[in-house]
Amino acid sequence: MKETRIILRRVGRIDPLSLEAYAGEDGYAALRKAVQTMTPEEVLETVIASGLRGRGGAGFPTGRKWSFVAAASGTEKVIVCNADESEPGTFKDRLILEGDPYAVLEGMALAGYAVGAREGWIYIRGEYAEAARRLETAIERAYAAGFLGEHILDTAFTFHIHLHRGAGAYICGEETALLESLEGKRGIPRVRPPYPTVAGYHGLPTVVNNVETLANVAPIVLQGAEWYRALGVANSPGTKIFTLSGDVAHPGAIEVPMGVTLRQLIELAGGMQGEFKCAQTGGAAGTIVAADKLDRPLTFDSLREDGLSLGSGAILVCNQQRCVVDLAYVLMRFFENESCGKCTPCRVGTLRLFEILERLRRGRGEAGDLERLEQFGRYVRDGSFCGLGQAAPTGLLTALHAFREEFEAHLGGVCPTDTCPMQG
Amino acid sequence: MHPKASGTSASEVRGEALQRVIERYGTDPEALVEILRSLSEQLGYLSQDDLVAVAKVLKLPYSRVYGVATFYSMIETSPVGTHTLLMCEDAPCHLAGGADLRRALERRLGISFGETTADGRWSLRTVSCLGRCDLAPVVMIDGRWYGHLTVERLEAILARYEEEEG
Repeated sequence: MKETRIILRRVGRIDPLSLEAYAGEDGYAALRKAVQTMTPEEVLETVIASGLRGRGGAGFPTGRKWSFVAAASGTEKVIVCNADESEPGTFKDRLILEGDPYAVLEGMALAGYAVGAREGWIYIRGEYAEAARRLETAIERAYAAGFLGEHILDTAFTFHIHLHRGAGAYICGEETALLESLEGKRGIPRVRPPYPTVAGYHGLPTVVNNVETLANVAPIVLQGAEWYRALGVANSPGTKIFTLSGDVAHPGAIEVPMGVTLRQLIELAGGMQGEFKCAQTGGAAGTIVAADKLDRPLTFDSLREDGLSLGSGAILVCNQQRCVVDLAYVLMRFFENESCGKCTPCRVGTLRLFEILERLRRGRGEAGDLERLEQFGRYVRDGSFCGLGQAAPTGLLTALHAFREEFEAHLGGVCPTDTCPMQG
Repeated sequence: MHPKASGTSASEVRGEALQRVIERYGTDPEALVEILRSLSEQLGYLSQDDLVAVAKVLKLPYSRVYGVATFYSMIETSPVGTHTLLMCEDAPCHLAGGADLRRALERRLGISFGETTADGRWSLRTVSCLGRCDLAPVVMIDGRWYGHLTVERLEAILARYEEEEG
């Protein structure tokens, strides 16, 4: 297995703000091809045929999402780029935004052309100040060069992009919370349906796509659906950017075809530091798996098929010196802090789970605590209003399944790796 | 000195900052999140008077402005120190030694996270993943990154900030 850089091919190699450098490496060739030689329907058909699925974590087919918005008539439509990358361990979107911002602008314009939208918004998390600065400059230069605005490339196509910075809230990565925040409100998720494709930004049909998803669009339009489908695996075509952290020799971003295994990713990151114990795949909301999953392929279907989530592509690798209870505790601290407070299962449930994990790592576990973790974990998973709460206990529940004896040891007052405080 | 004489009383400074932010983002209520974040960055924090002023300019109820201001972590609603240190405490940074950094910082500055030192010099804040996990553990001081930190390196960085102030 070798790296296959398609989305990251320009990142770190060209001056990210130079339109000349971008154009010198296929930049805006796809938009030119689309607006000058293809109908919007043909662009849409190409994306549908490519099998591209959303890179934000849910894996929804991008072409199908676009077709819902394309089908709406007699109304304005909106493209929103979700650049609220906040999943712990994930930094792929930051690399794209900082290293190749025009690729995202071009992907958005292509989306606008395909569905008939004239307005686009980039919602970027407030903490990504450097990426926001570069985007601002890139947008200005794209306007000046005729790649944004009225009569793009001397055609009738018009597309505008606006930049909106967030102000610090993980929940705003959830698409309806993002739309609330974009409208200047608290980032509280909306009831779905209606989905954003029906009633999104100010009630208009809205495509919300992740940064990495949009960066896939220009290569697909330029080189065709067949070329794209030849990469990756049947139901998960293309490449995926994984971000590795934890006990590997070289933490960082790795772009490989879909279907890669954990073992291959660890090898690409220079191998283990210490002996492998477990990995959390897909970010803080992902699964914690033991060595028996090392050779299972990571795809959008691997959660259902193998109990291994792909999520955002974040991979946290742990060696034998790491404590699974301590890890579960840190994860729950995150969700308890980031829960928006709208629904009770998430607001209260994550707090109760956090309290139990805190007891366990201090050696003050009570009889029935492991059963309570499972029971409350299921409540939060099944009862929460949005994806944040529904996914919050994934790491805990999968860790309990794979490393039950380690939780039991803590209940008995012993941390086998001597990580937890265990003050008694 | 009489505030008027200097020409830059505290309330005037705050009024001018609001003016600049409004010029940039406009008065559409949709810009509320960006207005509050930007104002908080410039002024350090937003007082109740600041929030009332924003509500007036945007013609919004104070409750709406207060609700938004207290929802987002980058909008401060109480005074902060000269320097604000944000520390990521999520799993990748935690595994890379973040917990040791946290303890060392609290010991050195004599405050807990969420607090400001009595001399008004430092505020300690935790922050959710900053997307620099390849450089874990990371902290951000006044918007600047520091990665691959050890307790010793962080001590040296803090000392440098303090020396610069004299």
